[in-house]
Amino acid sequence: MAQITFIQPDGSARVVDAPEGETLMIAATTAGVDGIVAECGGSCMCATCHCLVVSGPTEALPVMEDAERDTLEFTAQDMQDTSRLTCQIKATEALSGLTLRVVGR
Amino acid sequence: MAGVVILGAGHAGTQAAASLREAGFTGPVTLVSDEADLPYHKPPLSKSFMKQADAPLQPLRGAATYAQKDITLRLGVAVTAIDRPARCLHFADGSRLNYDRLILATGTAARRLTAPGADLGGVFYLRSAQDARAMRAALPDAGRVVVIGGGFIGLEAAAMLAARGIAVTVIEMATQVLGRAVSGAVASAVAADLVANGVTLRCGAGIDHLSGAGQVGAVHLTDGTRLPADIVVVGIGAMPEVALAQAAGLACDNGVVTDATLATSDPAIFAIGDCAAYPQAQLGRMARLESVQNATDQARALAQTLTGNPVVYDALPWFWSDIGALKLQIAGLSHDADDAIVVHRADGSLQSVWRLAQGRLVAVETLDSPGEHMLARRLIAEGLTPARDVMASGDMAALKAAYASARALPA
Repeated sequence: MAQITFIQPDGSARVVDAPEGETLMIAATTAGVDGIVAECGGSCMCATCHCLVVSGPTEALPVMEDAERDTLEFTAQDMQDTSRLTCQIKATEALSGLTLRVVGR
Repeated sequence: MAGVVILGAGHAGTQAAASLREAGFTGPVTLVSDEADLPYHKPPLSKSFMKQADAPLQPLRGAATYAQKDITLRLGVAVTAIDRPARCLHFADGSRLNYDRLILATGTAARRLTAPGADLGGVFYLRSAQDARAMRAALPDAGRVVVIGGGFIGLEAAAMLAARGIAVTVIEMATQVLGRAVSGAVASAVAADLVANGVTLRCGAGIDHLSGAGQVGAVHLTDGTRLPADIVVVGIGAMPEVALAQAAGLACDNGVVTDATLATSDPAIFAIGDCAAYPQAQLGRMARLESVQNATDQARALAQTLTGNPVVYDALPWFWSDIGALKLQIAGLSHDADDAIVVHRADGSLQSVWRLAQGRLVAVETLDSPGEHMLARRLIAEGLTPARDVMASGDMAALKAAYASARALPA
């Protein structure tokens, strides 16, 4: 279980429990975090689970693979250095305390 | 105030409810579905949902979300009529529900096989969670499966079944799989990939009948071939669910007819998603699209319109299909394409097909090339057609440079 904080588009924060091995996108949509549409359901195709990494144990994040980078690069909201697709990040204990800002769309 | 009632809780209806709240709508929102399941993602039904006997449905939104957003769910209830003069829905249990605005998001129903024997046990469709559960329950005893129809659903199911070690034969009436949905080059590449993964394809084959005693045992082709089958999966297309709209006197023509703001012939009623036939911006004519993107983007546009910010729906269509390990993505619509640029990788595999209509880029089909797909979406949406040699190069750096320089020019 990892506790992940999502800063929603209106600026409010939501702390979500992400079960081990589940993606942060699933945890966010299950908890009803605003702005995460996750249109493609986690196929790394729609970039509607786009978040910016704000703070926390960022060293515990998985390395970004090409498909995620390529999808992010031309998403509707411009990619930033801290951009990630939350459907490509599986929760681990070590990620507890991570704070993400929802970009969504 | 009776508020907004949404009929159908698939991708379109559920997104409409969420988007209305995100757009600040404060009146009542009721999401109605004849399915009892909490609204769920449809694409995984043919894939990850089948992998484990106990894999849960992937919810579109968490269960708590609906209460948090003050969205009333009425699930597992059938609507029998739309009473337009009274602005009221009638349910099978005799209850009624008033609306100020009604959104039809009724989706499609699987086209049924009409061949003799089609009603035997062991013949499955893959449209709803209920369909998927029934098929999943039969898989442990299935050694041989015949898939009828070489469209997206049929091929996704075939790849999933083959990965489980099941002997799969796909029967397709046309001479190639995927019909007019993709170019011949992509259809051939997808077919070759399936064959390499153990799927048997029989194109140009017709179904004569299905045989068996209660349960299906074999599929008989018009050429006399008998294919033994423990189960049969039918994926021969979908028809828009328009019965209620038609009975209520709404204009219907290959779907519920809407204007560019997704309003039907009754200004209090709107239609979105797979059931809606709307003036399609890129084609310049009426069309009905079956896709998650179309469903969710129309839902978002309509939520804006219903909260005082009228939006003409003109989003660029895009589409994807995971067929085994192959990721097929389509940006744009190829209906009017008259020219194709086929791009191969250095290893000879197909990377993409760029499709043009009268010299203008209208669609790009990619295989395992997500960056190219995302860039293509931007190019097409912005009306840009790179130089032919740049498109033919398949080189991302060259394509990015072409996009950047085209964008830098004043419109």
